[in-house]
Amino acid sequence: MRNKLATQSLFALSQPGRRGAQFPAADVPVKPLEELIPAQALATEPTGLPEVTESDVIRHFVNLSTLNMCVDTHFYPLGSCTMKYNPKRHERLSSLPGIVDLHPYQNQADLQGMLGLLYEMQEMLAEISGLPAVSLQPAAGAQGEFTALLTAKAYFEDKGEKRTKVLFPNSAHGTNPASAAIAGFDCVQLASSKEGLVDLEDLKSHLDDQTAVFMVTNPNTLGLFEKDIKQIAQMVHDVGGLVYIDGANMNAILGYTRPGDFGGDMMHFNVHKTFTGPHGAGGPGSGPIAVRDFLADFLPGPVIGHDASAEEGEAYQLVTPSKSIGRVRSFCGNIGILVRGYCYLRTLGAAGLKAVSENAVLNANYLKALLKDVLPVPNGDLCMHEFVASASKSKAANGITAMDIAKRLLDFGFHAPTVYFPLVVPEAIMVEPTETESKETLDAFAETIVKILQEDPEFLHQAPHSTDVSRPDEVVAARNPILQCCESE
Amino acid sequence: MSYLFNTPEQQQQMLQTIGVDSLEALFATIPSDLRLDRPLDLPPALTEMELQKHFSNLASQNVGPGDRVCMLGGGAYDHFVPAAVDEIARRGEFYTAYTPYQAEASQGSLQTFFEFQSLICQLTGMDVSNASLYEGGTCVSEAAFMAMRVTNRHNRVVLLGSLHPEYRQVVETYLKHLNCEVVIVPCKDGSVDPADVDAAMDDQTACLVIQHPNFFGTLEEAAELTEIAHRYGALSVVSYDPISLGILSRPGDYGTDIAIAEGQSLGTPLQFGGPYLGLFSCSEKFVRRMPGRLIGQTVDRNGKRCYVLNLQAREQHIRRDKATSNICSNQGLIAIRAAVYLSLLGKQGIREVAELSCQKAHYAADQLTSVEGIELLFPERPFFKEFAVSCSEGADYLLRKARQAGFDLGPELSRFTFENNPESYQTAVLVAITEQRTREEIDRLVTALKA
Repeated sequence: MRNKLATQSLFALSQPGRRGAQFPAADVPVKPLEELIPAQALATEPTGLPEVTESDVIRHFVNLSTLNMCVDTHFYPLGSCTMKYNPKRHERLSSLPGIVDLHPYQNQADLQGMLGLLYEMQEMLAEISGLPAVSLQPAAGAQGEFTALLTAKAYFEDKGEKRTKVLFPNSAHGTNPASAAIAGFDCVQLASSKEGLVDLEDLKSHLDDQTAVFMVTNPNTLGLFEKDIKQIAQMVHDVGGLVYIDGANMNAILGYTRPGDFGGDMMHFNVHKTFTGPHGAGGPGSGPIAVRDFLADFLPGPVIGHDASAEEGEAYQLVTPSKSIGRVRSFCGNIGILVRGYCYLRTLGAAGLKAVSENAVLNANYLKALLKDVLPVPNGDLCMHEFVASASKSKAANGITAMDIAKRLLDFGFHAPTVYFPLVVPEAIMVEPTETESKETLDAFAETIVKILQEDPEFLHQAPHSTDVSRPDEVVAARNPILQCCESE
Repeated sequence: MSYLFNTPEQQQQMLQTIGVDSLEALFATIPSDLRLDRPLDLPPALTEMELQKHFSNLASQNVGPGDRVCMLGGGAYDHFVPAAVDEIARRGEFYTAYTPYQAEASQGSLQTFFEFQSLICQLTGMDVSNASLYEGGTCVSEAAFMAMRVTNRHNRVVLLGSLHPEYRQVVETYLKHLNCEVVIVPCKDGSVDPADVDAAMDDQTACLVIQHPNFFGTLEEAAELTEIAHRYGALSVVSYDPISLGILSRPGDYGTDIAIAEGQSLGTPLQFGGPYLGLFSCSEKFVRRMPGRLIGQTVDRNGKRCYVLNLQAREQHIRRDKATSNICSNQGLIAIRAAVYLSLLGKQGIREVAELSCQKAHYAADQLTSVEGIELLFPERPFFKEFAVSCSEGADYLLRKARQAGFDLGPELSRFTFENNPESYQTAVLVAITEQRTREEIDRLVTALKA
């Protein structure tokens, strides 16, 4: 039980004169501020920050944290988002002095350990993708997409071509068209085939000399491997276009196949999905990109270079590629997340990575088999790391929707799967168990779904029943947005 | 493999349930000619114990602020991080949670982000804050995109030449290929002349981007520049130092339309440049045009107050190519750090950190310029916690001599390109002083430089 203070806002807890941090008195001669800063630049009154003690702060945020479900406490079968176990060693190692406290403008000779680590990360990502040139700079997968599209644009311009179109299937992540739009391309959405794959005829009808890039997730968002990917890539290449692989689903194919081998020219990794950088309640992510050799000169800088003949202590250096598109963010990238990904790759090695994909695919297919009678999966016999079931049958039979199932699962101690995505499946329930879940957990989850589908639909429409809040009113929130604490309770 | 839970016996049972013979058979949909026919060429796997040794070795090849006194600036600062910040951010309930799309399962994150938004509004005097963007540099681009949507002017933005050069490069990367002209007003003597800004503005300009304090640490005429922007119907965008708002007037107080910042100073370690925190706030009237996530207060079906992701219709997962931004993951965990940091400091603490940094920086500037050959690059300009000095023997000499004495200064200005690149920049370096620096350290540096 919590008392009502537990979720009161910090502003409501504030009392004048309280404080949570103290600083030593100035040890230098203090001058009146007006002598240092012109009067018109100085604040006329203090900020409105709350005044609370350290123990207020700790109790407040610890209490709030207990209102969350998370991977450390719950099974989190969130399709398309890969919520797997986040090894604790990564948190410790990425926080070591000499790793966490380096300033981005230090002398490079003092950074050889860090630059060496990042260089090795580039090499490992190149090997895993089958694409030789890597930039670690993008801060997230979506920024990786954007970066790669600009890289492609610069490549075409360098060849004297101006291509205007980016194509993507209708099952694509929303970031694909959004990234293409801010990169200044016209977006063309393609139909999917009956099997849930890229429709080759529709693709063909849109390919021409204006096609810059075809963006595709493989395995796709239905959890299906695009079996015709080599032919697709050939079709795109035949009109002079490039193929972009959205790497969000790489955890299904690690060590089995590589985007560079099946025709991809560029891709991003989601280090925070595939390589266990934790999701952090929304981020930070890290979205490095890998590209073919003929695109390497256009990558954003700096990248990490290695010169074995350099003077001692300067073998690893920050380098800007010769025809670089420029920077996409300040400094070098989300290094703290890359360090966690590095830890993961070094812990698993080649055999471990392959075992990750095998177990992710095994778990997904097993869960799919357990659920197929109650929640049919419209596309494909075998899935990869995730599958998209449909609650259409239960909705038609007794009105139980995908949302009802999702909300009721919370009462049983399971996080909800992704629902209503991808848009191509009605009443979609997208499940990704990941490789770090046990058979026991999957069995319990499947039993719970079967049980939920037998419950009173009216009761389900009101679910969840055991959480702190239930079915927030999003319409009211959007109509009259309250976006900061506005009363002192 | 310690992260994979199914035993070989369980795997066999599961394969049987699925109806296939082997793990290999699960990959039947990958055509055989696309299969990798060899193991990946990766370094051998390490146990936790071996990995820890490997990391100790890597860390020992770096020399960081733990070994030397950090007076480095240029957009990343060695401010103090109270222990409680790490304690909260290391709770698995926060760092292993997903984006709070399922509100009932995420009230902890949602309320924390709601309070983060509130704290940033109080800090800046702005009406609305989002729940964070990537970092300071990309915030400038997102602000420019938003200004284009609001003003319906898509071809021209004006930036002060005193903007962080890497931020400027990011904006150029984001905008130039859209046929948007990026106009830079040259910076003279450490800040930009408002008359030059006035001359650069026109009625087709979407926004004016100001950094205050600027890249050189000095103050701009932020209020006057904001007025100039408004006179041309453009939005004013101010990139601020969050710590500086402990003593400087707030962007909201002088009428800024969009206030952005690098939030690393608010409780996040340097970690070689990231992950950092993009702070983004604006006037209420622009809320539906702003990028990034917003958390809103509402009530649940029982009338209980609660929090949800709000106005999602602007976002990429709904609007696809018409979205306000392509941003998907944000910097949630770093925003949590900032919320804890600002809560701990409160109105008194933020003022103290700002005053201490400012006073100590001015002491350091006085002492450093007592060394023969070292001068302030912009002696006439007021500064907050960072300043540029030139050294008659060259920037390299100054940096090397400081390093030998155990101090890191910088960055050197020659590392960057500027709109107008005066000769004097070639011998200059930035020096940043936070509340963590002591008189003893500053005096020790000065003694070493005099020797």
